Amino acid sequence: MITPLNTSSRAASRGLSDISIRNLFIIPTIVFLIVFNIFPLIYSLGYSFTDFRASTNAPANFVGLKNYRELLSDPYIWNNFAVTAKYVIVSVLGQVVVGFGTAMLLNRTIPLKGLITTLLLLPMMLSMAVVGLFWKLLYDPSWGVINYVLDLGKFQWLGDPKMALYAVAFTDIWMWSPFVMLLSLAGLSAVPKHLYEAAAIDRAGPFYTFFRITLPLVAPILMIAVIFRTMEAFKTFDLAYVLSTQPSTEVISIRLYKMAFQEWQTGRSCALAYIVLIMVLAITNIYVKYLNKVKER
Amino acid sequence: MRKLVTSVLAGIGLTLACGTSVYAQEKSLTIFWAEWDPANYLQELGNEYEKQTGVKITVETTPWADFQTKAFTEFNAKGSAYDLVVGDSQWLGAASEGGHYVDLTDFVKENQVLDKMAPATVKFYSEYPGNSGKYWSIPAEGDAVGWAYRKDWFEDPKEMEAFKAKYGYDLAVPKTFKEMTDIAEFFNRPDQNRYGIAIYTQNQYDGLAMGFENALFSYGGELGDFGTYKVDGIINSDKAVAAAENYRKLFGFTPPGWTNAFFVENNQAITEGLAAMSMNYFAFFPSLINEASNPHAKNTGFFANPAGPGGEQFAALGGQGISVVSYSNNKEEAMKFLKWFIQDDTQKKWAALGGYTCNKAVLESAEFQNATPYNKAFYDTMFKVKDFWAVPEYAELLQQLNQRVYPYIVNGDGTAKEMLDALAKDWDATFKKYGRGQ
Repeated sequence: MITPLNTSSRAASRGLSDISIRNLFIIPTIVFLIVFNIFPLIYSLGYSFTDFRASTNAPANFVGLKNYRELLSDPYIWNNFAVTAKYVIVSVLGQVVVGFGTAMLLNRTIPLKGLITTLLLLPMMLSMAVVGLFWKLLYDPSWGVINYVLDLGKFQWLGDPKMALYAVAFTDIWMWSPFVMLLSLAGLSAVPKHLYEAAAIDRAGPFYTFFRITLPLVAPILMIAVIFRTMEAFKTFDLAYVLSTQPSTEVISIRLYKMAFQEWQTGRSCALAYIVLIMVLAITNIYVKYLNKVKER
Repeated sequence: MRKLVTSVLAGIGLTLACGTSVYAQEKSLTIFWAEWDPANYLQELGNEYEKQTGVKITVETTPWADFQTKAFTEFNAKGSAYDLVVGDSQWLGAASEGGHYVDLTDFVKENQVLDKMAPATVKFYSEYPGNSGKYWSIPAEGDAVGWAYRKDWFEDPKEMEAFKAKYGYDLAVPKTFKEMTDIAEFFNRPDQNRYGIAIYTQNQYDGLAMGFENALFSYGGELGDFGTYKVDGIINSDKAVAAAENYRKLFGFTPPGWTNAFFVENNQAITEGLAAMSMNYFAFFPSLINEASNPHAKNTGFFANPAGPGGEQFAALGGQGISVVSYSNNKEEAMKFLKWFIQDDTQKKWAALGGYTCNKAVLESAEFQNATPYNKAFYDTMFKVKDFWAVPEYAELLQQLNQRVYPYIVNGDGTAKEMLDALAKDWDATFKKYGRGQ
């Protein structure tokens, strides 16, 4: 049933009716979303079944599922997905451990807590490209600070194909752990204090308290952080692109960018974008189902 | 209210009148190029053109990373924002087959461009398909991959003595890849934070390809047959294998972490005193003779890409040609500008401003060759340059080269023969996919 618009609300009494609000804010937003999100999404789905190349004036020919078939049987693409999966696991896991750990430390009375929290949030306020260039210098084997501080000589963080992905993931962890920390802090501060008091009366140990009270109650909000960070990590482009050119760090977004804007394989890249979209949706769905289960407990 | 409406209408009328009169008076051309010093020199040259003709020239630039994307986005939209574009030589195929460039064949013939410019530059900056006699641009900014070196290290008597004792010949500017490899090995002293050589390794675009080509072409190797698109037996020939092996060997004498190096890093290798020799485009050498940007400016010398074991000497082509955009509303004016641009006097001014002319007469003049420490090496190089594939699908070929060559050169995966055999297969499949050479 459609609820009639309430024209006698408080907004209306101030001279702005619900209809005006709808016309001023909701309709422009919907139009914006349709023009810039929905339309390109549907349009690119059409292109994904063609051999269209945006660099030529040639018409797009329908090729059916050829682009999808070729992409899914291309070993380089599977390697890109494997690199992306490894990156997502290392990066998100690192962010959860560091972010949640930092939140635990901050969830107590400490001096200058507000200032420390603000300072810890700074990395995620920086531009990805700037962070990439900054860390590229830090990792440099000849003049980088990291090797100097850790006394590692000429250790190659980005030059070693086995190490490069971890170095990129570490930078991502540095940048985005504060995001997990912020959400975790909100979750931790919402845990009722009387539960800890009851646990203390029952002489529960710190591990028992953590696993039976803290973690279960913070888990839903932590899962939201994990969903956001997984989606973002899956789409990572800037950091990996700026930091390293090793094939071992060529995540799927970089391959997609090269295919679309360097090779101008527009149809094929649209198909790849859809494969990525489907994968992100599938992973997110699994997370959301798990999140709902956690909430039900 | 009536007054208000009248004022608004009067204002609109005045604005339109002014706009129309300005539009009627001012003729202008917009040239699109990447954001770097030569674009500023072209703007200065354009100002000169404006003084002579009254036609305003605006050189619009964008960072290198966006250059291709922005240009082709505008082309695809059939936009008239740019009248001329100074585009990469690899774009010729895509831009001509896509109908984005105006055919300049008649212009080239009528204005004797073939006689005026260094032949290799016309072949690679202007002609597509190869040997077809069809031209799509005028050579504008000549460029190729050359070398900078530390003169003070090379001329140090102790170093010279030690080098002769070890290798049996005098330490001097290398004339062959063998000599260059020896010198790189000799100066490679990680314990002193001093390294033998800096080469291109970046695989995001054409850095690694240009570097590898410098070795490949001088070793007598080729990418393939530009007429028939045959690659098997050419890109994986014995000469090509030897070139790849030598490039891999040179990588062993680069500074640590030299796995993502292009023009910025290779100039840094000289300015930071890291390497004895450094590969780079000539267009980036001006900053190496400027003491403000290079503390070793006085001790920096330059040389052309050395010869291979068979005595052949070539270099990978950089640089760009200038083309008229098909969708421009000022094509006639653009042609007039090109006519002015190719004149010997203009080319002389272009070179004096810092642009790398492709004009034969200017290149051969003693005035040009002595103007900077690297102009002689540039002159030597510009008559023996070769380029990458210019077909519309060149970027796919480049990506395949990067995927095959990088792991071998930088990570030491597999052998040169295996790597080039695989590349030949990749390229063959790509040419088949686009119906070339069938």
